Amino acid sequence: MKVKRKIDLNGKVTTITASPVARLLDVVRGDLKLTGTKEGCGEGECGACSVLLNNEVIDSCLVLFGQLRDGDLLVTVEGLENKRGLNRLQRSFVKNGAVHCGACIPGMLIAATALLKHNKTPSIMEIKEGIAGNLCRCTGYGRIIKAIEEVV
Amino acid sequence: MRFLNPSNLHEALTLLSKFPDCKILAGGTDVCVQLRGGGLKPKAILNIWGLNELKNIRDEGRYITIGALSTHTDIIRSPLIHKHIPVLAKACRTIGAVQVQNRGTIGGNVMNASPAGDTLPVLMAYAADVEVTSIAGQRWVPFEGFFTGYRATVVRPGEMVTGFRIAWPPRGERADFIKIGSRKAITISKVMACFRARIEHKKIVGISIAFGSVAPVPLRLKQTEAFLMGRVLTHKTIDEAVNKLASDITPINDIRSTADYRRHCCGVFLRRFLLESLCVS
Repeated sequence: MKVKRKIDLNGKVTTITASPVARLLDVVRGDLKLTGTKEGCGEGECGACSVLLNNEVIDSCLVLFGQLRDGDLLVTVEGLENKRGLNRLQRSFVKNGAVHCGACIPGMLIAATALLKHNKTPSIMEIKEGIAGNLCRCTGYGRIIKAIEEVV
Repeated sequence: MRFLNPSNLHEALTLLSKFPDCKILAGGTDVCVQLRGGGLKPKAILNIWGLNELKNIRDEGRYITIGALSTHTDIIRSPLIHKHIPVLAKACRTIGAVQVQNRGTIGGNVMNASPAGDTLPVLMAYAADVEVTSIAGQRWVPFEGFFTGYRATVVRPGEMVTGFRIAWPPRGERADFIKIGSRKAITISKVMACFRARIEHKKIVGISIAFGSVAPVPLRLKQTEAFLMGRVLTHKTIDEAVNKLASDITPINDIRSTADYRRHCCGVFLRRFLLESLCVS
């Protein structure tokens, strides 16, 4: 049996119908075709599936669709762009060569966005803590941290 | 798999009495992993995430009360916790990373009942009471005695944990939470401990020591506490206490660490806390 949720998805009011026990990750990638969000470990350790739910970063592999409530605010990496294209943070990732294979980047961008929402001037330690739940296996942390630092 | 989605606590308790073998789902940081790969196949899931009445952290006179659905982030951000039980916030800050802290709840951490649950030694050291509720009413269970064995609790079918209460810690108390794991974020703890001590004129007048991941359940180190209580804190006392500690714990070898290493860490943690207490007393 499917359930309906009317949420704000990347700035647009959207009604989604899906199984309540489907993972939010599968609804985002499968039903909504927003494939920017990646699946890594599937158990909340790698952060590749990070999305913003009500302005907080969460792992979408650890949330069931039925747990969403009407009126929730969901932002995926596709929602970070503004009218002019990539936002400042995304441009900084490009400029700093922070992207290697790219699999972790949507999650990194989302985690960094959440960090900057709560802390406008994070220190390097705070940046590292903010992305501690996001693994990069190309070991590109240095440039990722630099990219975030540059928009502070 | 049926998905039960109550909109308030009363409805949740009614559903729980009708489906006593359902799996309760809060933040999902443990349950979702078990559903996917851990062989958990419940007939029904009872989603309690939306029950706002279980999300409060309050000053209730004699106690600080913490709703079971308070997330680790709620605890980290709570001025009340920050002021009176900062070690609980310190423990929550070491759980997973931001993503897990935003979703994982203190009630879930307790009901997952892993000996490696990071908030458990803190609740143990502060002698918290657990509020266990069913449609028939509620009861308070002392934290010590809440766990009956490995991953087993006193909570019966039809009941759920709805909150915790902690008596105000006395003034002038020192407390700390120490944990060791293979890295700071994400990893499951090898050993963790919560300490509280009150020292007057170099004499220990209050002491509470709780360890996690050194036995099937979180432990209060009763013999070590009894040894320290009333003694003058000196380097010699510290040495003796560290030696006593071995008889209080039963760590095991497992995937994360060895019994020997865990035993060693426990001694180091206790020594570190007592030495720091000695320096400031």
